[in-house]
Amino acid sequence: MLSPALPIPCPARDGSRVPFDLFTRTDVFDREQEAIFRGPVWNYVALEAEIPHPNDFKTSFVGDTPIVVSRAEDGSLHAFVNRCAHRGATVQRQACGNTRQHRCVYHQWAYNSRGDLVGVPYRRGVAGMGGYAAEFDPKDHGLAKLRVATHKGVIFATFSPDTAPLDEYLDEPLLAAIDRLFSRPIKVLGHMRQRVRGNWKLYAENTRDPYHAALLHGFHATFGLYRTNQKRKGGADRARAHSTGVTYGDDWRRAGQSGNIEQDKFVANYSLADPSLLEGRPDFNDGVTVQITSIFPCLVVQQIMNTLATRHIRPKAADDFELYWTYFGYLDDDEEMTACRLKQANLVGPAGLISMEDSEAIELIQRAIVRDGREDSFLEFGGLNADLDKDRTGEATIRAFWRYYAALMELSPAAAAPVVA
Amino acid sequence: MNVAASHAYGTICALEYRYARLIDDDRLEEWPDLFVERGVYKVVPRENLGREPALPIFFCDSRAMMQDRIRSLREANIYNLHYSRHVVSNIEILSEHDGAFEVAACYTVYQTDLEGQTRLFSVGQYRDVIATGDGDFKFRQKIAVCDTFNIPNLLAIPL
Repeated sequence: MLSPALPIPCPARDGSRVPFDLFTRTDVFDREQEAIFRGPVWNYVALEAEIPHPNDFKTSFVGDTPIVVSRAEDGSLHAFVNRCAHRGATVQRQACGNTRQHRCVYHQWAYNSRGDLVGVPYRRGVAGMGGYAAEFDPKDHGLAKLRVATHKGVIFATFSPDTAPLDEYLDEPLLAAIDRLFSRPIKVLGHMRQRVRGNWKLYAENTRDPYHAALLHGFHATFGLYRTNQKRKGGADRARAHSTGVTYGDDWRRAGQSGNIEQDKFVANYSLADPSLLEGRPDFNDGVTVQITSIFPCLVVQQIMNTLATRHIRPKAADDFELYWTYFGYLDDDEEMTACRLKQANLVGPAGLISMEDSEAIELIQRAIVRDGREDSFLEFGGLNADLDKDRTGEATIRAFWRYYAALMELSPAAAAPVVA
Repeated sequence: MNVAASHAYGTICALEYRYARLIDDDRLEEWPDLFVERGVYKVVPRENLGREPALPIFFCDSRAMMQDRIRSLREANIYNLHYSRHVVSNIEILSEHDGAFEVAACYTVYQTDLEGQTRLFSVGQYRDVIATGDGDFKFRQKIAVCDTFNIPNLLAIPL
């Protein structure tokens, strides 16, 4: 006989223990779609620079739900589910483009850039046959719409009427982090995608985890770009859902000057045969070489030297997500600066010299947690009483993520492993 | 194909096959030697071709930079343990100018993990410029345009 369905287990109250079931179970994934991605959160969906003109559109996702993000004739932004209100077919099949009408190929129902139904073939029938009843009102058959909000050209969408205004949701340090990168008009340079056989939350953890940076990413430390003894600063919102952290660098072009750092991968005086990879000009005057901002549930905004990108976490199944990078520069970049950003693209993305390890680490976890769902991951680095605003090296930010997650999922600690005080 | 091109075709095919074999035999340190000193190697997602310049995910514009990439793979990077297998086909000379041949070819790369399970990792097109010099054929440019631009896990080894 099969064992009965188990209740969804809960992370420890302080977020320091997380049952592996949360990364593998389909019922958990389904509940996340409802409670998180369709819940009271703002989901990143696109950048305004990707749809600058009237009737520009881009297909995207909220959780695993396909959507279209579009700009109407008057410049306003809209998002709607990419599923025909008639029989459920995908309406817009292109990744991006410009169109006045999104037309379903199946029966040619057509929608405008706001998602309103504007065309139904044979609505009145032909020669008295077919057609819809007189009371059929196209207004009742538009595409399902999401609310849209934008900050500095970063577009978010929500299904829930209860989501707080975007400014409140993001809160101060996060707004400042976005303002810093999007202070000037941007220019999208392209996209990078990778498909990772792992749970999306493993990536959310990864981008809130300074502990791993110098230990997993060998290139980083080898070239003195990011070391555990570098000055760091961070911030979070009041609800502790999000996180932003910066690292101040020396001149990043002078590699390997400081002393050895115990177990960090570090080779003194290591140098590149072709140093042009790291030649750039600072984009900002604040001495920050790395800024990683994680916005719950699915957005990472990054500056790593001259690389600027959003990373959209697109969950596909409990053990599968896509990581979708939108790589950008500034509109006023000269040719030399664009060339520098294209060359530094070597550092990040699926082939990134300092990022390729992350998806491998995630797949290593997913492969190993297959059977022991009630076992926990252990998140006490930095101490349980660490001050989130001061300690930027520990796992406090990951613990905060899990507390916020458990609350949204309405998981009861009673069903979980014993809470560690 | 003109006379020069038809004479060169066999040598060009040999260079393409040698390229594939060096990578598949894990002789990555020899990979840069197939390029001229200021040779260009790029991996470009097909979806980025609409923009100029197209954003690459892997980009070297000198042999030294390729050597750095390989040293990083050997010493610094952590990636999925696997064997690579390149299948190169449909090699076609598109044009010839001053001893430089513009060549298109199809590639398929399979990855086999340490348990012997194989998956199709990447399929796409090489857009090459192959130059003659001192009787040796080398890549002035090799661009791997990935149809598989949704990279399974990560891309460590050159395509």
